[in-house]
Amino acid sequence: MIYLQLLWVFIKIGVLGFGGGYAMLSLIQHEVVDNYAWMTTTEFADMVAISQMTPGPISINMATYVGYTAGGFGGSLLASFALCLPSIIMVYFIIRLFMNKKSGSLMTNLLKGLKPAIAGLIFAAGLSMMNAQNFVQIGKGENNISIVICVLAFVASYFFKANPILLIVLSGAVGFFVY
Amino acid sequence: MKIVFQLFFTFFKIGAFTLGGGYAMLSMVEKAVVDKKQWIPSDEFWDMIAIVQSLPGVFAVNTALYVGHRIAGRKGAVAAMLGAIIPSIVIILLLATIFREYRDMPVVERIFKGIRPCVVALILAPSLRMIKSAKVTWKTAIIPIAAVFLIWWCKVSPVIVIIAAIAGSLIYALVMERKMKQTAKKEAEP
Repeated sequence: MIYLQLLWVFIKIGVLGFGGGYAMLSLIQHEVVDNYAWMTTTEFADMVAISQMTPGPISINMATYVGYTAGGFGGSLLASFALCLPSIIMVYFIIRLFMNKKSGSLMTNLLKGLKPAIAGLIFAAGLSMMNAQNFVQIGKGENNISIVICVLAFVASYFFKANPILLIVLSGAVGFFVY
Repeated sequence: MKIVFQLFFTFFKIGAFTLGGGYAMLSMVEKAVVDKKQWIPSDEFWDMIAIVQSLPGVFAVNTALYVGHRIAGRKGAVAAMLGAIIPSIVIILLLATIFREYRDMPVVERIFKGIRPCVVALILAPSLRMIKSAKVTWKTAIIPIAAVFLIWWCKVSPVIVIIAAIAGSLIYALVMERKMKQTAKKEAEP
């Protein structure tokens, strides 16, 4: 049963995951945390950090991790395979039949129109992770280090394009010394 | 058969050593496939990447499948894809096993208490950068705002939001296509 669920969830994400790993992140969060409750929001945040620090495609990293948590070794292989399955079908059929320059421009325009919505999707995923589980003692006034880390990391990433792995390591160090 | 193994190992190396996800892998793929091995000419490679980028799914896997298929057919596609994902699967399986073992240790918990808010920032920042690069105006700003409101506030499934967005974008793309054809026609007629 769990295998069927993993297969269905990650095929769906493979088909609807326009715009790269981050766009998939919001889809994965919805299924994994809200729908099936395979992970808590804290575990999800930890998984995203680990997936970002590990080499390879972030979405494959996440699929493997989710699959392992939900269904062990078999689950991890199945989830990664399910995520790739739509791509395999697309490259075999769509690229060979339709992907000339003409329909290519249609796809590019489609993605252009999709981009603002995908950005909203990703932003919502970030917002829903801003909760008491991930932010230590949020709003209590005495310990707002979580908020400080979040704001500083945001500024460093958005304005200075700081390396995400470096930011994760630095905030891990802050956590180690502060808590 | 030799080329199939070469494809596997080329993508395996890229999958095992490139930090930063699919887009970071792209420049490594270009270096290996276009510059070093000279399997595909540069202009063809970038033409295809533009299309592969607009497809859904794992970007690195799509790229591997295309390159593999272009060079060595079906076997090549499968070899390149497996090469790209096997390092990820092995490394994550190892890390997940270790992490689940030691997660409850106070030291690990302290470190991750610091990391979690950073992860939130690392999700919010690229979404805003994406809005900037999509050239969202005050008029089209309603789209991302509506998406955030529906998912975060109304708890609508992102699946539904993305399907609605695909439908809307498809109409937009078809209209753009027609407009381009009409202007091309007008220019052709004196």
